[in-house]
Amino acid sequence: MRTNIKAALLAAALLMSSGPALAEGNFWLWLVNFSRQKEVQAVDNKVWKEECGSCHFAYQPGLLPGKSWVKLLDEKALADHFGEDASLDKETLKEVSDYAMANAAENSMYKRSRKIALATADGEVPLRITEVRYIKRKHHDIPEKMVKGNKDVKSQAYCNACHTKAEEGIFDEDTVDIPNFPDRD
Amino acid sequence: MKLHKILMTAGLLLATTAALATPATDELFAKYKSAGAAGFDAARGDKAWHKESKGEEGQTMSCSTCHGQDLGKEGKHHKTNKVIAPMAPSANKERLTDVKKIEKWFKRNCNDVLARECTAQEKGDYLKFLLGK
Repeated sequence: MRTNIKAALLAAALLMSSGPALAEGNFWLWLVNFSRQKEVQAVDNKVWKEECGSCHFAYQPGLLPGKSWVKLLDEKALADHFGEDASLDKETLKEVSDYAMANAAENSMYKRSRKIALATADGEVPLRITEVRYIKRKHHDIPEKMVKGNKDVKSQAYCNACHTKAEEGIFDEDTVDIPNFPDRD
Repeated sequence: MKLHKILMTAGLLLATTAALATPATDELFAKYKSAGAAGFDAARGDKAWHKESKGEEGQTMSCSTCHGQDLGKEGKHHKTNKVIAPMAPSANKERLTDVKKIEKWFKRNCNDVLARECTAQEKGDYLKFLLGK
């Protein structure tokens, strides 16, 4: 009985200590959150899916820290989005930005997103998902011939070329299938 | 039997010509006219659609670069390889039915292909051309 009370007190203390401090606060919240998951949260916003997904793979907000989304999802920035005009009207832009911020790597309860947030250095604002430290590290041993030199892949930016469950936010090794390299495990 | 065939052909003809206007394009034609455009011409739209010009990044491109030569078939984005649904309303009944969507893509694609926004006249011509597809 005593230990139960102690445990309850400890849990309460942990919860209280979460406070407004961001990184640590989110960690404790994450720890006590029963819906925490391993991967990256799948996109569950129709506007995001349509607006981002009409030109490229609809990357999940949890693949980049919030500071990156702030830079990318700016009216001026979108007019020249990696060389393309991806302008959105104000209303749509707000919806897309709000969704990005609510689910950005550091605000996500998903483990892989948390790792992305933690691996991003303080002053660093990656604009390409392929430049995110954690993601770079995870891909460092993949030879160029399997990506750039592979006509069915071409670039790491096409997540779903190899990650067969990318759309569901699942990126673990078991779900990887590199086209033209069936033997790689 | 003969009558049956005639009716079928008539039905088909109706179905294929039915796309010559949608509430969305009617609204846009009116808007473009009030912005100073005169009549709209499918042939002019056709020509402009296929005209190669220097895009935003200096490369030569036209609408067909991404939408493909056959508008009844899928196109492919020149950079991301993302499949683009057919432009022809006869092959894709959702095409040209949403004013906001049409204007959004005119703004983006004119900027990408022509390195400027399109005029009301040009947009009306493109729509006239596409409606006949």
